[in-house]
Amino acid sequence: MQQKDYASQIHRCFRCGYCKFPTDYSSFNCPSYRRFRFDSYSTGGRLWLIYAWLKGEIEWSEHFAEILYTCTTCKNCTEQCPMKFAPDIVDWIVGARSDMVEKGKIPPRVARFFEAVYGYGNPFKQLRSDRAAWANGTKKYAPGDEYLLYVGCLGSYDENGQKMARSLVDILNASGVSFGILGEEEECCGNEIYMLGETGLFQNLVEKNSQKFKELGVRKIVTLSPHAYNTMKNNYPAFGGSFELCHYTQLLNDLIEKNKIKLSQAHVEVKLTYHDSCFLGRYNNIYDEPRQILQSIPGIKLVEMERNRRDAFCCGGGSGNFVTDLLAGSADSPARVRAREAYETGADTLAVACPSCLTMLTDAVKAEDLDDKLAVKDISQILKELLSAK
Amino acid sequence: MMTTSALYDSLVKIVGENFVSDQKEERYFYARDGGLMPPHEPDFVVMPKTAEEVQDIVKLANREKVPVVPKGSGLALTGLVIPQRGGIVLDMKRMDRILEVNEKARYVVVEAGVTHGVLKSYLQKHHPNLRHSIPDAPPIATVVANAVIHGQGRLSQQHGFNSDMVSGLEVVLPTGELCRIGSCSVSSYWFSKGPPLPDLSGLFLGWFGTTGIITRLGLKLYPCKKMRDIMLFLADKAELVPDIMLRLSHTEIVEDVVVSAQPLPLRFRGTFWIMAYITGDSDEELEFKRKMVWDALWEYFENRDVGFLSTSPDMKAPLLSMPSKDTARFADVSKGGGFQYAGPIAPIEKFPAFIKKLEEVATKYNVFYASTARLIGAGHCMMFSFSFSFNRADTDEMARAKEALDECSKFALEEGGVLWKADIYEQKLLMDKMDPNTLVLMKKIKQLLDPNGIMNPGNWEVK
Repeated sequence: MQQKDYASQIHRCFRCGYCKFPTDYSSFNCPSYRRFRFDSYSTGGRLWLIYAWLKGEIEWSEHFAEILYTCTTCKNCTEQCPMKFAPDIVDWIVGARSDMVEKGKIPPRVARFFEAVYGYGNPFKQLRSDRAAWANGTKKYAPGDEYLLYVGCLGSYDENGQKMARSLVDILNASGVSFGILGEEEECCGNEIYMLGETGLFQNLVEKNSQKFKELGVRKIVTLSPHAYNTMKNNYPAFGGSFELCHYTQLLNDLIEKNKIKLSQAHVEVKLTYHDSCFLGRYNNIYDEPRQILQSIPGIKLVEMERNRRDAFCCGGGSGNFVTDLLAGSADSPARVRAREAYETGADTLAVACPSCLTMLTDAVKAEDLDDKLAVKDISQILKELLSAK
Repeated sequence: MMTTSALYDSLVKIVGENFVSDQKEERYFYARDGGLMPPHEPDFVVMPKTAEEVQDIVKLANREKVPVVPKGSGLALTGLVIPQRGGIVLDMKRMDRILEVNEKARYVVVEAGVTHGVLKSYLQKHHPNLRHSIPDAPPIATVVANAVIHGQGRLSQQHGFNSDMVSGLEVVLPTGELCRIGSCSVSSYWFSKGPPLPDLSGLFLGWFGTTGIITRLGLKLYPCKKMRDIMLFLADKAELVPDIMLRLSHTEIVEDVVVSAQPLPLRFRGTFWIMAYITGDSDEELEFKRKMVWDALWEYFENRDVGFLSTSPDMKAPLLSMPSKDTARFADVSKGGGFQYAGPIAPIEKFPAFIKKLEEVATKYNVFYASTARLIGAGHCMMFSFSFSFNRADTDEMARAKEALDECSKFALEEGGVLWKADIYEQKLLMDKMDPNTLVLMKKIKQLLDPNGIMNPGNWEVK
């Protein structure tokens, strides 16, 4: 982890501004800069302000904390920065956030996020006993099951995430996959906690989850959320986590290739565009599997948004912003910008593969008054509908 | 006189509260650029969306005698948009519309906040037969700011400074009137910034925002050939470089001529990398141009004074990219996030003297150097960069880099060069050397246009 070293490196940013763009420079691709437009909200602005704070040239303020926490850690800057330190930028921001957390100087909304996870094991302050309320009898994981389905907080408590989880469970059952869930024993994965800089709580969550996986003899985990996939793949191993991991789109794509998912032959005519989740795409290079699933469905025409794959524009939900909502309240909010971009493709459906993206973009489509023109669906929901038609 | 709080409220009334900041964080960031000039904070950072909002802000600033500094992306590195006397920094990047492309008259009209990156992408997508001159600055550099500082870029060998490529202006005068300059003042077309009318664009280009705020700009576009290539030559005698540049220019087919020099990596030391860019619509056209370039330098090849460097596609790609990311990367050579250059515009015959001085100064001050010389026009002059990188965490190295820059600027001036995008101290050096009657003329112009002295004060101030 580079975040401990951030203080000795962060002055290296030249504020050249490449971080604001996608590869073709066609528009601004940094969500918080696109939203607020002051240079202080760009990656360069943020790094210069953090350095100023470290040097004592500016004092901590709520405004400074807000600037720091409006970064969604989408990693566009990492993709575009021309400097050798580019891979470390997000770690630097997380490092600065960790220092702020240690000093107790964080935005109130972020503090409430932490309090909720401390107290309830999820950021929504929902009861632990309700964590499996969505599950409708879904079997709990038992030794011998091939997969543990890790549902996560959004899949467990958020209305859109729950629909997504139910769809996935139905598909896995219909495909004969041996799996189970943890139900009320599941802990928050900690991805957002990590990105928000609460390293102590993050470690605690990792240890609890890892212990549970070990006790149950879990060897393979499939995650509903790209956020959980990311932290389990890239952070858990440092704490001893040892298991095979896949995101559900990887598993479903594999099942389709092996002809284990039987789709309805009823002809569907859908023009669809796909939104890359940052934690699948830029973080973990998973761009093809979700598209392969969609392209395997007869009658679906997949059209790309102008910004796609490594240039995809973040929905604004990362780093806990799906709860803290620090980028909301404007037509320039990232999710609304992205909803308009999806609509401009002429698609009637916006497909996602992430519960955070699903809820952010569903709300954005409503805010843009496009909800009767553009349906937002997770890939599992799209597949489930085709199963249902059988 | 209004209180600061009342001024803030007035600005909010004009642009909305989301686009005015008087907070420390914005004032800190907009107080400085990536170079070595001392910072100075504005009182407000304001982001207008329309020319009408700019007019209202300027009228307010005039009434209250508050300085106004229009800003693109602040990449000049010489502190030109550091608000030397506080006041309002106008971040123009919300004025980001590309308003018109006239394919047949080959020009584009953009608002003041349109960046080179966005314009490049837009033309590639919608008008692939047209291109504009792209500077080496990062893509966030704005088209207007680059013209205002007399920037250069690809195509400068053929068409001169980027300000020579301007084809019309819309300007908010320091007293608030909106004014059109060039053909657009009498016509709906933006094909000329002056001729056949009196060329008033000179009242604004090169003045660093001290005589008005450009809100729209017409820019000449040029044919975009389907293919580009770079021919890379190596020479080790600085005294030959001016003639090589002239010979390349004589072909009249080269898009851009750039000569670079730097001591590291070691394979670069003691050699000058001469880059000739060519374009074509077919392999035959490119091959013909390669032969012309080759023939132009044949005598030097025969004498073994110049060598041709065969380059792989991987090596060519970054050299052909526009803008070149390598320019920004120089800032991290010493893992320190900073570089600055003195970039005099000078006759190309000065190349050997400038290179010698650069190496001497780098050794004297123990700073890492590089240089890029770009041919402007058909051999009429060059921009020669005395570039030094520095570590922003090392105040001693920053001080040495600044001294090195100052010494190079003074030398270039003594040698007959004219300092490009001169900082406020270099502006004084220039004005000290300037014809006194020219100075009087500048003073009269400034007083006439900006009677209250509110526009980017500290710059081009004639005492």
